[in-house]
Amino acid sequence: MTAPAYPHRHLLGIEPLEASHIQAVLDTAEALREVLDRPIKKVPALRGKTVVNLFYEASTRTRASFEIAEKVLSADSLSIATSTSSVQKGETLLDTAKNLEAMNPDMIVLRHSASGAAHFLARHCRSAIVNAGDGAHEHPTQALLDALTLRQRKGRLEGLRVAIVGDVLHSRVARSNLWLLTKMGAKVTLCAPPTLMPPGIETLAPTTSRIEEAVEGADAIMMLRIQQERMTGGYFPTLREYHARFGLTEERVRLAKKDVLILHPGPMNRGVEIASEVADGPYSVILDQVTNGVAVRMAVLYLLLGGAEAA
Amino acid sequence: MTDRLLLKGGRVIDPGRSVDADLDLLLVDGEVAELETRVAARGAEVIDVSGLVVCPGFIDLHTHLRQPGREDKETIATGTRAAAAGGFTAVCAMPNTEPVNDQAGITRAILEAAAREGAVRVWPIGAITRGSKGEELAEYGDMREAGCVAVSDDGRPVASARMMRRALEYAKGFDLTVIDHCEEPTLAQGASMNEGAVATMLGLRGAPGAGEAIMVERDVLLAELTGGKLHIAHASTAASVDAVRRGKARGVRVTAEATPQHLLLTDELVRTSEYDTSTKMNPPLRAEEDRQGLIQGLRDGAVDCIATDHAPHTVDDKKVEYDAAAFGVVGLETAVALCLDRLVAAGLISLGRLIELLSTRPAAILGLPGGTLAPGAAADVTVLDLSRRHKVDPARFHSKSRNTPFGGWTLKGAPALTIVGGRVAWGHGR
Repeated sequence: MTAPAYPHRHLLGIEPLEASHIQAVLDTAEALREVLDRPIKKVPALRGKTVVNLFYEASTRTRASFEIAEKVLSADSLSIATSTSSVQKGETLLDTAKNLEAMNPDMIVLRHSASGAAHFLARHCRSAIVNAGDGAHEHPTQALLDALTLRQRKGRLEGLRVAIVGDVLHSRVARSNLWLLTKMGAKVTLCAPPTLMPPGIETLAPTTSRIEEAVEGADAIMMLRIQQERMTGGYFPTLREYHARFGLTEERVRLAKKDVLILHPGPMNRGVEIASEVADGPYSVILDQVTNGVAVRMAVLYLLLGGAEAA
Repeated sequence: MTDRLLLKGGRVIDPGRSVDADLDLLLVDGEVAELETRVAARGAEVIDVSGLVVCPGFIDLHTHLRQPGREDKETIATGTRAAAAGGFTAVCAMPNTEPVNDQAGITRAILEAAAREGAVRVWPIGAITRGSKGEELAEYGDMREAGCVAVSDDGRPVASARMMRRALEYAKGFDLTVIDHCEEPTLAQGASMNEGAVATMLGLRGAPGAGEAIMVERDVLLAELTGGKLHIAHASTAASVDAVRRGKARGVRVTAEATPQHLLLTDELVRTSEYDTSTKMNPPLRAEEDRQGLIQGLRDGAVDCIATDHAPHTVDDKKVEYDAAAFGVVGLETAVALCLDRLVAAGLISLGRLIELLSTRPAAILGLPGGTLAPGAAADVTVLDLSRRHKVDPARFHSKSRNTPFGGWTLKGAPALTIVGGRVAWGHGR
C-alpha cells in the first residue's frame, strides 16, 4: 500500500505540507479543471457530502469559488456569512462551529480574522477543516491557485524567480505563497516598505525595499493589496507616495523578464499598488487566477472528502 | 497550651545566614525557637523530615488571587491553597481585582478574607494610581496602614513618566516599593505574542522586546532621579535584565523578578503548540537569547527573585481564538518543581541560590517577615523533596484554573510540606 498523495485530514496551511502533497493538489486540480469546460458542469464525486462555508470576513472571490467548486462536485453546501448569523448575537466561534457540527457536516471551510482560527477549529471539531484565510497567517488555497496559474503558463515552478510585492506584514497570501514557492524550488524575493516587512522574515527569503531590485529578471510578480487603513496606521505617509515608490508601473514591469506574469489576489487598488495599464495589460493573469481558484478548491474538496474512498 | 512543632532530621538550608547542615528545627507559637543539631521533642509534634530539605518559607511577590470581583477565576481560599500546595508560605496579591485595590477599605476586606479562608499569608499590593488608570495617585498612606506592602498597577504599565516619578517619590514617604509592569503601550498595541520570526510565521501581531526594555530603562532612571525603590515585575528580555544590572552598579534601588515560564519557555512554543492559548501571556514568551539573558541574571544577581505571576483564567477566557484569549498562566503549583528540576538539577543555579530567589530575597525586597530561620523569625517553612518524580496534572490543581503550558511535564523534585506560622498548611500525601 502506498501512502495517499495528500495524507492530511485538514488543509490549515501550506507550511506543514511537503512538496509532494502540493504536487498532488495541483495535479488533481489540473485533472478536475476540465469539468469546468463541459456543457454540464457537474460530477457526482462528492454526492452526499455536506460542506459548510463559514465566513467571518467579507469575501467575494474565495467564497464564490468554494461554492461553485462544491456545486460542481455535487456536495450539499451552505454558506454562512456572520453578518446575518447568531454571531451578531455574541455567539463564540467555537459555539457556532459546534452547533453547525451537530448537523453533521463533513467539512467546514473557515474564513476568519484571527490567525490560528482554523487550527482552533481543527483541535475542537470533528469535521475536516479548510482554511480559507486566517488573519495574517495563511490562505493556502490562494497560494495553490497562484501556483496552478504559474505552472500552466510556465510549465514548471522550480527555478522560477518570483517577486512578492506590497504589504507583506499583514498578508496571509504572501506567507502561503512564500511557503509554497520555496517548497517547490522557486526563488522568491519579498519587497515592501520596511514598515510593512514583518520582522524575521528575512530568515525565509531575501527582502528588499526597492521594487526595481525585486522585479528585475522576475518570471512572475505577485502584487499584494494595500489597505487604506495602513496609511492612517502610520505605515507610510500617503497613497500617492506609495504608488510612486512601491507601485507596479509599466516602466517597472519592463525590468522583469519579457514573458513576466503579473498576479494579484484581489481586490485591487488601481493606482495604488498596481497601475491600471499593468492590471489590464497583456502579462496580467489575474482572471486566470480566478478560474483556477475553482479548480484548486475542487481538488482540495475532492482530496479531503472523496479522494481517500475513491482511491 | 503552646503550639510546638519539631522538624527532625532534615537538611536545613538558610542562605541568608549561610546555613546548610543537618539540623532539627523547633517551632513554638508561630516563631522559630531552636535550630540545633539535636532538639528534644519535649511534647512537640514531631515530623520526620530526614532525606528532605528544610528552608525558610517561599514568598511569591506576584500572585493574582482575583478576589474581590473575579471569583470565577480564583478566590483567596483556592489561590492560597494552590500556594500552599506549591510550597509557598506567603503570596503578594496584585491589586488588579474588580474593584482595583486602590484604597484601604478594599485592602482590609482582602486581609479579612485571607484571615478567614487563607491557607498561607496574603500580603496585599495596592494600586499605584486610582483604578490603575495611570492618572491620579492612590492613597499610599492609608493603604500602607491597612496592610499593603507595595504598590503596582500590574497588568497595566504606568504610561506617563511624570506619574511614575511622582509614584516613586511619594512612595518613599511610606517606605513602599513601586512594582512596575514595564511595557511601552504604543509598541505593544494589539500584540498577542513576542515580535519576531515566529510571530511573523504565525501571522500574529507581536510586541517587541524593546517595548519592555524602554520602560525598564526609564524606570531605573526615574528611581535614580527620585531615590525611590523600584521593583521590575516579570522581566522577560535580556535588555531589561541588563538595564537592571547597570542600575544596580550605579547604586540605584532597583530589583527585578523573573517567572518560571519566561525562564523555561520561548515564543517557539506558540508555534509548536499550534496556537495553544496557554502559551499566551504578558509579557509574552520571548526569544532564546532573552531566556538565556534571564538565566544569566539569576546567576549574577541582576535578577533578585523568581515570582510566579500566577494569573488564573476560566476555560471560557482561554478556549477561544488566540487573539481573543486572555493573557496569563497559573504558576503557584508548578513554579517550585519546575525550578528544582529545570534550573537546579539542570545545573544552572545551586539549590542555595534557588532558596535565595524564592525566599530570602523576596522577603528582603518588600521587608516582609520570613525569608530566614533565625530564632524569633516567623515560623514559615518550606520543605522540599528533591527526589520525588511527578507529572504535572492540571486536573489535580487546587487552583480554580488550569491555564498552564506545563501540563504533562515530568519533573523531579517537589514541595513536600508547607508550614505557615508553625502549622502545617499543606503536606504531600497528608
